[in-house]
Amino acid sequence: MTVEDIIKPENLVYQKSKLLTNKPFHYCPGCGHGTVHRIIAEVLEELGVGDKTIGVSPVGCAVMAYDYFDVDFAEAAHGRAPAVATGIKRVWPDKVVFSYQGDGDLAAIGTCETIHTCNRGENITMIFVNNGIYGMTGGQMAPTTLEGMKTATTPYGRKATLPAGAGFDGIPNNGYPLHITELIARLPGTKYVTRQAVYDPAHVRNAKKAIRKAFENQINGKSGVNFVEIVSNCNSNWKMEPVAANKWLVENMLPEYPLGDIKVDGKLVEK
Amino acid sequence: MTEEIIIAGFGGQGVLSMGKILAYSGIMEGKEVSWMPSYGPEMRGGTANVTVIVSDERVCSPIINAFDTAVILNQQSLDKFESKVKPGGYLLYDPNGITKKPTRKDINIYTIEGAQLASDMGNSKVFNMIILGAFLKLRPIIDDKNVEEGLRHSLPERAHKLIPLNMEAVKVGKDNVKQA
Amino acid sequence: MGELKLMKGNEALAEAAIRYGADAYFGYPITPQSEVIEYLSEQNPYERTGMVVLQAESELAAINMVYGAGASGKRVMTSSSSPGVCLKQEGLAYIAGAEIPCVFADVVRGGPGLGTIQPSQADYFQNTKGGGNGDYRNLVLAPASVQEMCDFVALGFDLAFKYRMAACILSDGAIGQMMEKVVLPDQKPRMSDEEIKAKYPWAINGRKNGTQHRIITSLDLDSAKMEEHNIHLQKKYKEIEENEVRYEMINCDDAEYVFVAYGSSARIAQKSVQLGREAGLKVGLLRPITLWPYPTKAIDALIKKGVKGFLSVELSCGQMIEDVRLACNGRVKAEHFGRVGGIIHTPEEVLEAMKKQIIGE
Repeated sequence: MTVEDIIKPENLVYQKSKLLTNKPFHYCPGCGHGTVHRIIAEVLEELGVGDKTIGVSPVGCAVMAYDYFDVDFAEAAHGRAPAVATGIKRVWPDKVVFSYQGDGDLAAIGTCETIHTCNRGENITMIFVNNGIYGMTGGQMAPTTLEGMKTATTPYGRKATLPAGAGFDGIPNNGYPLHITELIARLPGTKYVTRQAVYDPAHVRNAKKAIRKAFENQINGKSGVNFVEIVSNCNSNWKMEPVAANKWLVENMLPEYPLGDIKVDGKLVEK
Repeated sequence: MTEEIIIAGFGGQGVLSMGKILAYSGIMEGKEVSWMPSYGPEMRGGTANVTVIVSDERVCSPIINAFDTAVILNQQSLDKFESKVKPGGYLLYDPNGITKKPTRKDINIYTIEGAQLASDMGNSKVFNMIILGAFLKLRPIIDDKNVEEGLRHSLPERAHKLIPLNMEAVKVGKDNVKQA
Repeated sequence: MGELKLMKGNEALAEAAIRYGADAYFGYPITPQSEVIEYLSEQNPYERTGMVVLQAESELAAINMVYGAGASGKRVMTSSSSPGVCLKQEGLAYIAGAEIPCVFADVVRGGPGLGTIQPSQADYFQNTKGGGNGDYRNLVLAPASVQEMCDFVALGFDLAFKYRMAACILSDGAIGQMMEKVVLPDQKPRMSDEEIKAKYPWAINGRKNGTQHRIITSLDLDSAKMEEHNIHLQKKYKEIEENEVRYEMINCDDAEYVFVAYGSSARIAQKSVQLGREAGLKVGLLRPITLWPYPTKAIDALIKKGVKGFLSVELSCGQMIEDVRLACNGRVKAEHFGRVGGIIHTPEEVLEAMKKQIIGE
């Protein structure tokens, strides 16, 4: 069987979404960004909104997301994607607007924009990829870095506090992993808040369903922010093989950041 | 003709709106005008003042240090602005609440019992129009019909029925200004 | 003739934005320009024209909302005062890099830091020399009256869209807070979505029938492309320097000594010219209306006509003087005179400074 035989239309069982360009991803092998991009593109294509979608990319590994999605895109300053998305949505209320951000972008430098965009209840979809580390700048501590996790700026592991001293029972140090998703779920401006993962096919399917809901809500005129966190890996900066990174994610990230819907149709989910 | 005026008193005495009516009246008279308030923390709780310039020519600087006329409505403002009146200029004040009278000999000093007259008219809100009337008696730079036009432009429509009362107050002010 | 009103500079700016058919205003309150967003909120522009007005959580958020809405082809404006404009510099650098048209006003107060709320012109450097990171310029218009606060909104938008860049209306606390008469333009309709799509093919507002997607970004990691982009920007700036210089000359025909002043300083210097002329001095005023591009050639022409010295009159410790001196290039004397901290110079002391520092007695 030649290549020509293999690529015959009748042999086609799967192809990438038409809303992804032909540009090869620059992401590391095993990184979750590629998968998240794919399912977003598939959802937008299935919903038939490619011509009316405007994306906003962050500063971080996904800064050039605009090269991969074949929809109109703006690249925002670090942390400001929700403000940029607000600006677009307010003047084009009929368009489908989404922001795509990492943990440093959304939960550190952009916390103010994140909280206020959620609190205003902008009718947008926010995608948040949390891998507990700064990827693009080379593996520094993120607000979501786990306690004890080693990064370039916490080489001995993240320590929320240092031992007792100076008259206190603990000295403030790196602080605690920030649960921004639980935080914004408490705000009346959020409509749908969920945490998903993409480390295996079953979870990819769940994540896609969640992303679909997050866009459908916006398209169907349900007001408020639709927020999807994806717990992902950064095998390069975690300094692990991709498979080991996913195993570590399940064993360490998920206990801290449990998966599932946090708020549905504006109501917090009872646990 | 250029008339540079400071109007100063307590916040709530209608200082800024009197300035605005004067400025609008100036426009109706075909003059160039500027209205420059004090702003920021300076206006919280204490005094308020506004500089109004009415001129035949384009107004150069809206912020000035010496005035042709000072219209003074409280003691603090008198303390602050008496010295800023140009020699030969006018100082008009309401003696109500004034304990330390102006002392300069090189300016023309007049009084108007604005608070008392407003109370006599049964409407404390016309206070600033009485003061405006007194000012216009001393410095007849604007015709009454243009003051009426100025009122029409600076008051919201719902308050237009009060224009005759306000013009009456202007007349009361004109009739009662006294040399100090 | 349009509608004649007595208005504050800040209010005239806001009303002009509505009447120009602006699509959105994003801002954050700060003295002495809070009247802009207060007036807009009070006027219900969404009902009048469909214009969006939103109070953002910070100046940073506001300028990034401008970035987003401007990138989508709409006419967007923000305003602030000095420390707030510092915060906006991040967004303004991105706006320059990504070539997004927008208008912003800086109603300047004294600095550095929190400084004072009183009028100042100490943001000349901040606005004319770039302000954020990278090699870029913003168009800077300096209104000297409430009428110009109104008129420069339309001019700013026209230039911003002509060149795809930010246009700054560099005002100050005096012009912002002062009321003067202003002739308001008639209401223009907002552009329809279809018109925007047809006129601005670069704007991100949804692909057209599956055609190539558009990208608005200031990033390019390919050095050759980034250099090319910078050269493109510089070429655009050069074109603006050739075509968009605006200024006013008062009594300059036979002047031997010339005040250079913009905004509220220009009004004061105009009075100084009058006083000087009354005293028999051949003085004039050059009032730059665009601070970038700067009227360098106008200064050159005055020197060639025989002007012997310039006094740059500013409410700052000496910022614009650098551009005056660059234009003079050592040929004639150029000095600075200014008051700061919220104090405004008097026409008399400005004339005195001219006599002492330039003419020599």
